[in-house]
Amino acid sequence: MRLQKYPIGGKYGKYGGQFVPETLMTAIKELETAYLQAKEDPEFREQLNYYLKDYAGRPTPLYFAENFTKAVGGAKVYLKREDLAHGGAHKINNTLGQALLAKRTGKSRVIAETGAGQHGVATAMACAALGLRSEIYMGADDMKRQRLNVFRMKMLGANVHCVDSGSRTLKDAINEALRDWVANVQDTYYLIGSVVGPHPYPMMVRDFQSVIGKEIRSQFHEKEGRLPDALVACVGGGSNAIGTFYPFLDDAEVDLYAVEAGGEGLSSGKHAASICGGDEGVFHGMLTYIIQDEDGQILNTHSISAGLDYPGVGPEHSFLRSIGRARFVVATDKEAVDAFVKLSRSEGIVPALEPSHALAFAMKLAKTLGKDRAIVVTLSGRGDKDVEVVANYLGEPI
Amino acid sequence: MSKIAETFSKLRRQNEGGLIAYITAGDPNPMYTAKIADVLIKGGADIIELGIPFSDPIADGPVIQAATLRSLKAGTTVKKVFRMSEEIKKENDIPLVVLSYFNLIYRMGIKNFFDSAKAFGIDGVVVPDLPIEEAAEYKKAAEAHEIDTIFLAAPSTSIERLRNIAEHTSGFLYLVSIFGVTGVREKIHGSTIRLIKRARQVTCGRIPLAVGFGISRPEHVKTVIQSGADAAIVGSGFVKIIEANKYRNRMLEALYDYTRQLKTATVKK
Repeated sequence: MRLQKYPIGGKYGKYGGQFVPETLMTAIKELETAYLQAKEDPEFREQLNYYLKDYAGRPTPLYFAENFTKAVGGAKVYLKREDLAHGGAHKINNTLGQALLAKRTGKSRVIAETGAGQHGVATAMACAALGLRSEIYMGADDMKRQRLNVFRMKMLGANVHCVDSGSRTLKDAINEALRDWVANVQDTYYLIGSVVGPHPYPMMVRDFQSVIGKEIRSQFHEKEGRLPDALVACVGGGSNAIGTFYPFLDDAEVDLYAVEAGGEGLSSGKHAASICGGDEGVFHGMLTYIIQDEDGQILNTHSISAGLDYPGVGPEHSFLRSIGRARFVVATDKEAVDAFVKLSRSEGIVPALEPSHALAFAMKLAKTLGKDRAIVVTLSGRGDKDVEVVANYLGEPI
Repeated sequence: MSKIAETFSKLRRQNEGGLIAYITAGDPNPMYTAKIADVLIKGGADIIELGIPFSDPIADGPVIQAATLRSLKAGTTVKKVFRMSEEIKKENDIPLVVLSYFNLIYRMGIKNFFDSAKAFGIDGVVVPDLPIEEAAEYKKAAEAHEIDTIFLAAPSTSIERLRNIAEHTSGFLYLVSIFGVTGVREKIHGSTIRLIKRARQVTCGRIPLAVGFGISRPEHVKTVIQSGADAAIVGSGFVKIIEANKYRNRMLEALYDYTRQLKTATVKK
């Protein structure tokens, strides 16, 4: 069966589902109906395309990173420049789609969680553009390491709530957003930032992010007259990765590599690699791979990149891994920082720390492939927000 | 007839509503739990609901979140909660329900979980993040062990869904009184009363109705019972007393007094 057919009944194989409190069941069923209608409505599609093009600056370029390719030695490395999308990351593709849907369903208040702050910024932007009120939940620790984005959100008119519970990172921000949604479900739209949560979110966010892979397909064809040999993307929740992979799922000749945050190494226990270093479980509304202890308590994760610092992963990724369609690997903090520096120096492009993980693996992969092969790395965001973190890591505090 | 069903028919004969007392197992530490349960039962609680602490309790407000944290910090594990249950059941002949987020059950293995639940005397299970659509395997395992599966209905639940949930639930139907998470609130809203009436219509008395979330005062208990509920579930009110009292004896005394007041409010007429 074609892999693009999933989800079936809200599931990807056995993964996914709707494990949420009863209070939310009616809302997520209504959301699914509203989304499926919108998807088929030419007017909605036209509106979304308009905003993607004239507001977010799509299509983003596919850039042949010639210097980086030479520096690495091996296969050609192309970069899908999501860092050039409005807001500096791929997140806007999803927030525009969902904010339009919020408006269409008559919800005036939008809530969202954010880790690195990129999804919060993208939500605040889409809401400002469409005249919606936005409230962003962000972990206290993340607010500290991503101060710049906190202020950006405020500038954009969002109300930022500091989440002080649990590990004070992305998972706790999602917990708090879910609690808000349970209390205000009648007038509130929950705009989830990744392919996680209960169905229909993983499907809906994937669909909105698939614009990445669709553009790669046609742009690569224009340049090379064929399909790429491999696609590489980083995975926290997994939205840029699934957006990259989805249009190629049924092209078996295209290898798919998903790169998780290895932190200080899988054996150190300090990582955020849900698939490579976790087990199956039920968390945030979905059955998927999660990082947990023997009892099933969710563990704190570690990654130098706030955007990957999440103990779960989208259920479609768990499925792709279970059938062997995508390969899941890790890159450590150190490897990511090395790649961050390497791309900055060789190409004059400062990548975000999240896709620096993808670049780190792409460097290894490229070396094993011949010069006639080509891989596409999705550069999911730009690295301005990470400069301070990297400076500290390299022992040169600003 | 299950132990929970027996309790409700006894209450009906005595023309009184039930008081279901929730505490987070292992709060403030695992050694206290059986003793606290004893006091609640002596104070008049008809059913004890023991929450297994979970790291990410999305249906709970700040009071129970804090209890969860205290309990996990004190080293509570799922196995220890089973042992606490056994200890409570050894001393008392009342139904014991556990509340668990689904991952703890999934992780243990659904069948395994119910094997242990049965062995340690648990009569019913509530899972706040398991809607009926995802519950087939869970329900089957519980039935095989003759353990009640208590499902929840909320103000947003449609009549059709309510009907469906009423088919799935056993022991009682847990009515979530409000849009929101657990926690102490000022008053009972009109929507709570409407939910009780709606559930009454659908169930026609076939299954007891217990109302929880935001119920903390005797007058709340009185209102929901008089509106047609068979029981009131109180949680954060107890947990707050546990949180506020450093000294064990004071805590137990305060819990006893509070339980008495709540129980008195369940008597009809």
